[in-house]
Amino acid sequence: MECRDIINTFAPCLSDTLGVSTDLANFLSITLGVLIVATFPLLVTILLIWVERKFAARVQDRIGPNRVGPFGLFQPFADVIKLLGKEDITPAGADKWIYNASPVVMVMAVLLIWAVIPLTPVHVGVDLEIGALYFVAVASIGTLSVIMAGWASNNKYALLGSFRVVAQLISYEVPLALALLVPVMLAGSMSMVGIVEAQTGMWFVFMVPVSAFLFFISSQAETGRAPFDLLEAESELVAGFNIEYSGMKFAMFFAGEFMHVFTNGVLMAVLFTGGYIGPFVDQIPLLGLVYLLAKASIWYLLSLLMRNALPRVRIDQLMLFNWLFLVPVSIINLILVAFLMFVIRELGLQPDDPRDFVQNIPQTVVLLLGNVALLIGTLTVIRNRFRAERLAEQSTMLPAQAGD
Amino acid sequence: MALEQFAPVGMLLLLSTGLVLIILNISAVFGPKNPTTRKTAPYESGMKPIGPAVRRLPVKFYLIGVLFILFDIEVIFFLPWAVVFRGLGFYGLIVMGLFVFILTVGLIYEWKKGALEWE
Repeated sequence: MECRDIINTFAPCLSDTLGVSTDLANFLSITLGVLIVATFPLLVTILLIWVERKFAARVQDRIGPNRVGPFGLFQPFADVIKLLGKEDITPAGADKWIYNASPVVMVMAVLLIWAVIPLTPVHVGVDLEIGALYFVAVASIGTLSVIMAGWASNNKYALLGSFRVVAQLISYEVPLALALLVPVMLAGSMSMVGIVEAQTGMWFVFMVPVSAFLFFISSQAETGRAPFDLLEAESELVAGFNIEYSGMKFAMFFAGEFMHVFTNGVLMAVLFTGGYIGPFVDQIPLLGLVYLLAKASIWYLLSLLMRNALPRVRIDQLMLFNWLFLVPVSIINLILVAFLMFVIRELGLQPDDPRDFVQNIPQTVVLLLGNVALLIGTLTVIRNRFRAERLAEQSTMLPAQAGD
Repeated sequence: MALEQFAPVGMLLLLSTGLVLIILNISAVFGPKNPTTRKTAPYESGMKPIGPAVRRLPVKFYLIGVLFILFDIEVIFFLPWAVVFRGLGFYGLIVMGLFVFILTVGLIYEWKKGALEWE
């Protein structure tokens, strides 16, 4: 057994060269891999805090952190050291176990998603056959942690925050999962690696932009950030569910949130923009990680822009937007894509070699046209409805104004 | 094969939990510890809190919860269908269309009944 590809053949290498028993070698190899998967997002988060603060500062015409280290790059470390020295307060009457478990669950829920994300063609945490289902299951654990925090804090603001979480996070999980179904359908596989490999010829974002849009919007809502940050609306609920948390526990909530946003960027990259796929990946697998992170960063910056540019929505608007816009559109989108795929197969437009770019163009055009039609139809329905509402409002307003 | 696949996931669960617990405990070592009654009282904009903060959920949220369960189960049914969809052909399309139609009728019913209105 040669030991050149050390990462993938770590276990056999260990048992061959050092004479370690196979079980122990396997165990060590899994532990090492898991350790890398668990610490990588945490390390990225430290950088993300700086990116986020700098970006927000630029949007608001400020300079942002610039004192600690070059360009203020060491600011997050200074923050962590400060937070480590803070007192850890547990409010009177709090449910201690649930109160303390909540930040742990928050971070854990996000880290668990990273298990199925293919970093490069050969480096995957676990290539589960039910990767997509696993993601849907794990993504809901984060909701649980917010509810736990709100319930256990013995604080009315926190409780109100967690009420809203019940409404918001679970509502937006429906379009999220429905949009996730479309890449699964196109790839014919629930495995994340399968989904990425199916995009070798053409990225799914060109085939089904509506699904990408739906997934992006609802994943933004899942993180609970502006414009969907009702669960921590500062002006009405002070800080929402994490109001009673201090020091490192508060930092864990924030780390979880930052990581979640970046994880969403990574998921967008994996599901819609081809994950690790790019030139020369076959020769140098580690290049795949660079492509993945570059694509994820673009989606991440887009969500930062959204966060900084848009005002917060009201709770009734939020719920109506989900149940009367996102859910119906994602259901219609799903059926439409299924129908178009059926049409494509009947017309024989399927590519003989799915990995070829040119052969993918006919089916991409058909799917894209369907998506554009759906978009136009949706916009027409919305415009007509709001025009009718506006006219009805005007007709009731006018006599009253004339009476003044 | 089935359960062994999940061994790294279980390991990740344990390790990430352990990692966070370690970070939290470091903070417990370095941070000061002198709780007072004022400090541990739940924050209520400076007022003395009245009564416990464990209240009942408004029924509105319960309705949303039921709707969520309905649709989430739908998604679970959808996933295997989406994987084998290519092999099912027209039959698969019609059957799933019917299934979605029934669910959509439920959603429209709930909407018309006013369950989605927030006053």
